[in-house]
Amino acid sequence: MHIVDGALAPEVLIGGGVLAVAGLGLGLRKLPIDKIPATGVLSATFFVASLIHVPVGPSSVHLIMSGLAGLVLGWTAFPALFVGLLLQAVFFGFGGLTVLGVNTVNIAFPAVLAGLLFRGMVSRSNPVTAAVLGGCAGAFSIALTTVFVAISLALSGDAFVPAAKLVFFAHIPIMVVEGLVSAASVYLIAKVKPALLQSADQTSGFEMQPTATLRAKQAGEASNG
Amino acid sequence: MSHLFGHDQPLSVQARGGHSPSFVGTFDPRVRVVAACVFAIVVVALHQIEFALGALIFAAITMSLTDLPLRVTLKRMAAMDGFIIVMLVMLPFTTPGTPMFSILGAEASKEGLMHAILVGIRANAVVLMMLSLLSGMTPVTLGHTLYRLKCPPVLVHLMMFTVRYISVLHDEYHRLRMAMKLRGFKARNNAHTYRSFGYLFGMLVVRSLERAERVLEAMKCRGFSGHFPMIDDLAFKRRDGAFAVFFLALIIALVLMDLMYVVAY
Repeated sequence: MHIVDGALAPEVLIGGGVLAVAGLGLGLRKLPIDKIPATGVLSATFFVASLIHVPVGPSSVHLIMSGLAGLVLGWTAFPALFVGLLLQAVFFGFGGLTVLGVNTVNIAFPAVLAGLLFRGMVSRSNPVTAAVLGGCAGAFSIALTTVFVAISLALSGDAFVPAAKLVFFAHIPIMVVEGLVSAASVYLIAKVKPALLQSADQTSGFEMQPTATLRAKQAGEASNG
Repeated sequence: MSHLFGHDQPLSVQARGGHSPSFVGTFDPRVRVVAACVFAIVVVALHQIEFALGALIFAAITMSLTDLPLRVTLKRMAAMDGFIIVMLVMLPFTTPGTPMFSILGAEASKEGLMHAILVGIRANAVVLMMLSLLSGMTPVTLGHTLYRLKCPPVLVHLMMFTVRYISVLHDEYHRLRMAMKLRGFKARNNAHTYRSFGYLFGMLVVRSLERAERVLEAMKCRGFSGHFPMIDDLAFKRRDGAFAVFFLALIIALVLMDLMYVVAY
């Protein structure tokens, strides 16, 4: 899924970089300072997902779980997945520096889109329906990611078109596995902690209580006066 | 995490507490980050195999000046090459041009082969340079460096949290996996396996969020006001400047030669 440095045309790299910066800006704007711990810990969780290997046929693949990231994090999935990719690139040598923008867009944008499409429906339905929708979100985001990878390759030269097609078809089993695993994950989350799948304005558990801050401020002023 | 990021103390600012750093490791991390980025951008734009090869040699020399374990680095490069090998093998057969040889009726062109070699060399040069300049620093140093290079503070804080909790959650994953093993779980190709992995990951998400709640409470208790003090002793010395100038001169020479080659032929 990672594209490496040196393969893509400069135009594609620059385009990917611009889109990634735009997405990061949007995601960071939706990230108040007291949501950083939750987002950071979830970002670490999705990093760990990439270390979990699941058997597929005679081989094994690692989980990506970007669909679930989109469902749980919404727009903040963009910076969360970017951080994971940056760490992988710098410390493991997966992917590269100049393609970081393209890779981020390819993985994070489908995640955000899956979140936007399915989050509302998932939060309103019972666990079984939520699981089906979650599975769809998982498979959808991987499918879109492979389409994006194929597009970035195809835009870099006609010679890459067969490779792009191969990338797409090789990832069909991964889509199925991601869908199944995401479905089970969403089922468990919907049973154990449904608040995680509610949309952002409904979960107020993490936000600082404005009244409490106000009261503290008034108290401080009172003692000063 | 020590096994993940290859550090004894991944959360300390000082690389390898106590040990004296390698030659490359003594330079200011800011210079190293900027140098790696400039190198990546320039090498990706090179068009001639000769100069791409020069960049790869340059990266290899830098590599030899670090104290990274050679075996681990080579393994990481091999993993990266594994990603692209299929694409590289296909390129000669899909690029139109002078036919060179044919396998099973598919014509391989000289241009395609050259392109594949060029892509392979560029990819390896960038990754090798990145690993030698950057992977020697601890993730926390990288965070501080990015902060000093005026990255958005929210993004840097997010990265520091991620780095801090990757090891914790990886341990949590191993604990859950051990529990599954004790109950006789074996990963196979069936729905039960995928469902179990799904439950495992879902549980990981739920627990990590509960952990985040506790972390936030603890931070509030200690008066967290939305800003972390960055404690480090980054100082831009004269030798850092010298390193920057030397590095830049080499890169500019590489680009100029590459351009002149195109003009001349």
